[in-house]
Amino acid sequence: MQASSQIPHDVSYLDYKGKYKGLLAWILSTDHKRIALLYMFSIMTMFFVGVCLGLAMKLELIAPGKTIMGAQDYNAVFTVHGVIMIFMIVIPGLPAVFGNFLLPLMIGAKDVAFPKLNLFSWYLYIAGAILVISSVLFGDGSPDTGWTFYAPYSFRTGTNMLPAIFGAFVLGFSSILTGLNFIVTIHRLRAPGMTWTKMPLFPWTLYGTAWIQLLATPVVGITLVLVSLERIFGIGVFDPALGGDPILYQHLFWIYSHPAVYIMILPAMGAISEVIPTFSQKHVFGYKAIVASTLAIAFVGYFVWGHHMFTSGMSGTAQYTFSILTFLVAIPSAIKVFNWISTMYKGSIALETPFFWAMSFIFVFMIGGLSGLVLGALATDVYVHDTAFVVAHFHFIVFGGVGFSFFAAIHYWFPKMFGRMYDKTWANVGWIVFFIGFLALYTPMFYLGMQGMPRRYYDYLEQFHSANILSTLGSWVMTFGLAIIVINLFRSAKSGAIAPENPWNGKTLEWTVPSPPPVENFDDIPVYGEKDGPYEY
Amino acid sequence: MQNEKHHIVPYSTYIIILAALVLFTFLSIEVTGIELGGLTVAAALIFASLKSYLVLTYFMHLKFDKPYIRIMVGFVILVFLAVIIITFIDYFFR
Ligand code: HEM
Ligand SMILES: [Cu+2]
Repeated sequence: MQASSQIPHDVSYLDYKGKYKGLLAWILSTDHKRIALLYMFSIMTMFFVGVCLGLAMKLELIAPGKTIMGAQDYNAVFTVHGVIMIFMIVIPGLPAVFGNFLLPLMIGAKDVAFPKLNLFSWYLYIAGAILVISSVLFGDGSPDTGWTFYAPYSFRTGTNMLPAIFGAFVLGFSSILTGLNFIVTIHRLRAPGMTWTKMPLFPWTLYGTAWIQLLATPVVGITLVLVSLERIFGIGVFDPALGGDPILYQHLFWIYSHPAVYIMILPAMGAISEVIPTFSQKHVFGYKAIVASTLAIAFVGYFVWGHHMFTSGMSGTAQYTFSILTFLVAIPSAIKVFNWISTMYKGSIALETPFFWAMSFIFVFMIGGLSGLVLGALATDVYVHDTAFVVAHFHFIVFGGVGFSFFAAIHYWFPKMFGRMYDKTWANVGWIVFFIGFLALYTPMFYLGMQGMPRRYYDYLEQFHSANILSTLGSWVMTFGLAIIVINLFRSAKSGAIAPENPWNGKTLEWTVPSPPPVENFDDIPVYGEKDGPYEY
Repeated sequence: MQNEKHHIVPYSTYIIILAALVLFTFLSIEVTGIELGGLTVAAALIFASLKSYLVLTYFMHLKFDKPYIRIMVGFVILVFLAVIIITFIDYFFR
């Protein structure tokens, strides 16, 4: 650490005037808190685009036949929706925003280990996003393969695939560098006395996530390079006409993309593990079991990718193996749920907005997880694979899991990040409207999938009409709820009541610094004593 | 960071490692000329592993690092092996 005598201790990171002014003071800042907000605003922008595409798809599906777009446009819309939502929102989401903002604060450090690399990761994120968007704006036709870029179609289709593939590749780099940064930060910059078993749970999940980012992302990087080479030079790795194997593509893709779902969900679980003890005012139940289950999920999560390929034509032996492993990974997830519930038991519960989000998180996550078991069992997956059931499953998990946790996190840490409180009534109204809309939007898809409605089609049979209408109405209600939430937060960030240092009586270190935190976080690096711990109520 | 020892590796070691890497590269190209059937991939992977072993131990200084870093790298290699073995559960039984 260099000497920091010039930086005043009483100026918040938001007010600090450094070398640069205006926008430059943000996009050239290496302060982890500013970088977190850079990520937050870029992710929100992309989220807005993704939501609009989602609404367009739902509008198309309000009635059978062509409503607002034809088959090719629909294919492009679900592809770009998927690429944006997965690679630009849920994968970076919690680590890049809340991880960046809170990891140093929670472990008692002044910044992450490599602040410049951190800023560079954000630039890579922006570069990747621009590349993906350029594939839509230029060239002949937007990508239409689905976010999975499956071979052989991805190297055959005439649409503008290369920028999208390269964009996903660059986004992967951003993710790897963030992971690397967090691993080193957690190993080297924990406050003196903060042993591994005293580290709060959110940093723990970031640690597990970081390992997945570091080890799994290169696999998809290479895979995407191979697809590009197949497309440009016809190298014959995936092309069956040249002796290649298209199923190999699916293996390589899911070797990354299943662990990637844990990149998404682990930090989401971590944020929930912070919210629940605070709003129950109780020591988290089974701290070590939660840590162990985090590591177990990160580890076993590497070996279950084949459950996305049960119907692809891989060997029966592989199918059994992957099915068994998939059931194993459900165990640590369930352990966490039991621990959260036990934490609340006999706690003094405060019914605040973050707590509501955490509760609804558990609810939708359970539905998502249990439907995952239907998909993980060979006999039932054959029926519902590639139907709306899968779409319901992963929206419950990814949107319900990661999205709800993101909202729990923003309502929990908002006072710390912006130094102001939000309007709690509007926040609660937004939550309930959103929650109702969410259920109306995705629950019918379970039913539709069981009835046999395939995914990724712009059209459907008349018998699916009524459930689709409910789903489309749900999308409008949910978006309305989203608007309430976002407008409320924006207004509050500007003119909400000034927030105290510790509005929720949290016990982790970020609540010991002023809101918003000063540039260097801590005047003196905190020291953990024998008896200190993250959840001592 | 002050109390960590710094190792100075002589240039000659680096040059020997470089020569070994070049040699392995040539061997891995040569071996593709021999018909090995199902073992082609294994041969390629063996050469790749040898090369990465050298790079990790000498160029990346793993040899002189703390044990916990070596344990982490070993763990990563185990995960990698497991992924490859599981992938081949598909190929061998298809
Ligand atoms: C108990 C836990 C889970 C089980 C057993 C499970 C199982 C499955 C299975 C078998 C599929 C493939 C279905 C098919 O295509 O036929 C699937 C799809 C999917 N799952 Fe899960 N899952 C679980 C949790 C999660 C989590 C935690 C996430 C993300 C955070 C997630 C995200 C996804 C996504 C994105 C897809 C769809 C990918 C696509 O084909 O586009 N799942 N899940
Ligand atoms: Cu999966």
